[in-house]
Amino acid sequence: MAFLQPGDMNAILLSLKVATAATAVATPIGIAVSWLLVYGRFPGKTVLEGVVHLPLVLPPVVVGYLLLLLFGKNGWIGSFLLKFNIQIIFTLTGAIIASAVVGFPLLVRSIRLGMEAVDTNYSHAARSLGAGAWDAFFTITLPLSLRAIFAGMTLMFARSLGEFGATIILAGNIPGRTQTIPLAIYDYTSMPGGDRMALSLCLVSICFSFAVLVLSNAAGKSMERR
Amino acid sequence: MNLSCQVRKRLGSFSFQADFQISGAKVGVFGPSGSGKSTLMLLLAGLLKPDGGRIRLGDKVLYDHAAGINYPPEQRRIGVVFQHARLFPHLSVRKNLLYGYKRTPKEQRRIQPEDIIRVLRLEHLLERGVNLLSGGERQRVALGRTVLTCPRLILMDEPLSGLDENLKLQIIPYLNGVSTEFALPMLFISHSLVEMRLMTDQVLMVEGGKVVEQTSTEMLAKKLWGSGRQGYTNLLHLGRPRERDDGLYVYDWGGVSLVLTEGAEEDENVFTLDARDVLLFKKHPEATSARNLLPCRVTQLTPLGNRVLVEMQCSGQQLTVQIVPESVRELELVPGREVVAAIKASSFRLAE
Repeated sequence: MAFLQPGDMNAILLSLKVATAATAVATPIGIAVSWLLVYGRFPGKTVLEGVVHLPLVLPPVVVGYLLLLLFGKNGWIGSFLLKFNIQIIFTLTGAIIASAVVGFPLLVRSIRLGMEAVDTNYSHAARSLGAGAWDAFFTITLPLSLRAIFAGMTLMFARSLGEFGATIILAGNIPGRTQTIPLAIYDYTSMPGGDRMALSLCLVSICFSFAVLVLSNAAGKSMERR
Repeated sequence: MNLSCQVRKRLGSFSFQADFQISGAKVGVFGPSGSGKSTLMLLLAGLLKPDGGRIRLGDKVLYDHAAGINYPPEQRRIGVVFQHARLFPHLSVRKNLLYGYKRTPKEQRRIQPEDIIRVLRLEHLLERGVNLLSGGERQRVALGRTVLTCPRLILMDEPLSGLDENLKLQIIPYLNGVSTEFALPMLFISHSLVEMRLMTDQVLMVEGGKVVEQTSTEMLAKKLWGSGRQGYTNLLHLGRPRERDDGLYVYDWGGVSLVLTEGAEEDENVFTLDARDVLLFKKHPEATSARNLLPCRVTQLTPLGNRVLVEMQCSGQQLTVQIVPESVRELELVPGREVVAAIKASSFRLAE
């Protein structure tokens, strides 16, 4: 890794940390929201669907700004958390939240399609065999949507690795604290003579993305064989 | 089983209505596709909520709109064997079999896995994934899976329809055997009259979203014959045959022997014989090309238009023949009359 700058390793580790944490936090929520969207019957379902998918079509900068309003010192959540001395903006947690929100629609879309594809006849069979509704969901529907859940997690992880707009607004661009690979590249490109260093990090970024895709393909195939 | 059911349900433009009370161990639900048979199954199992009415099985009320009672499927103790088996694709055969058993309270488990595995001959399949099973094996596993929950009633929703023809007849003894051996009453849903006659002795007829009639399976067969929709077919349960020197096969049937052109491999075989393929003689004909000449006694005559269905006893077995009214007059057929039935060796067909 001789071609990397000393600070680059920090950015790489931070990127992995943020993507992993964002995916881990978002997955259970994604499963719950997908369940609501697939099986739930309640007023406002369309609104929920819209809100969940909004980050997919909004510019990430807008998402970041809205999050800033929400988590800032005067925001609803920010002012509440401040009472417990918890700060979100300009922290690693902020970067994780930004990534999680932006990647969330990709996760939910995938899980939802997977759940919808599971024949309800299987859960009918489970119910007739004595399983309650939740039992049937956790032992039949969820395992049968595992591939879709995994695919959604992969997409979300990859998206988080590349998150830029929302992160820079909510978490800033602090080397060693919130500076992930895309933010570091941004810094290099605005620095005279930083082209070579930016290119090195681009290479790292490409390698990561490629590895994620290959791994997800391999895992998907092995699940298919079972 | 003692089932009483008064329900109604609207599903889009289709409306279903049933009002019946039935008891017995082997009851059929018969009707054409789209008549509402499967809707009835879903309503009974609790997988579909009726718009109103009442369902009672034995002394337990499962659904009562007025009283606000609606037990969920898992508390009804009604097992379902679905069309196309619906085995859980991510579980092995063993785990599929035990899925319901594990969820059955210990005091209700009167059937043990090893017994059902033996009866259904599943020993060598247990560790396999269900995607590697043949159609017949899948349906046997589905049956075992349901039986292991020790239900108070098993609903069988066209369990044979996904199978190819000769597999059907291999599964029927399993279905019958399990129902009898473990004393499990069943409601058998099908649009096939032959399956109905092999599996049930009473039938609910469903037509156009309504349970229209309740009758015995034999009456149903006669009724369908009467309406001209289906010919009448005799079903003969025959054992393993002996092969003669001339290549024909001899089967025991009641107290007489039948000579057939067709052989069979199994210990239990079902042959069909079209009621129109039997000739009746007043006296024993000296010689005829028909290989089977059976002395019979007429028990009942059912005339309908230009056809008459003649039911006869033949050494303890039932034989039904279709002739025209003119033949009835010439043969002077009345209940109690002795006649000789002539059947060609090639008129019997292994049931499909």
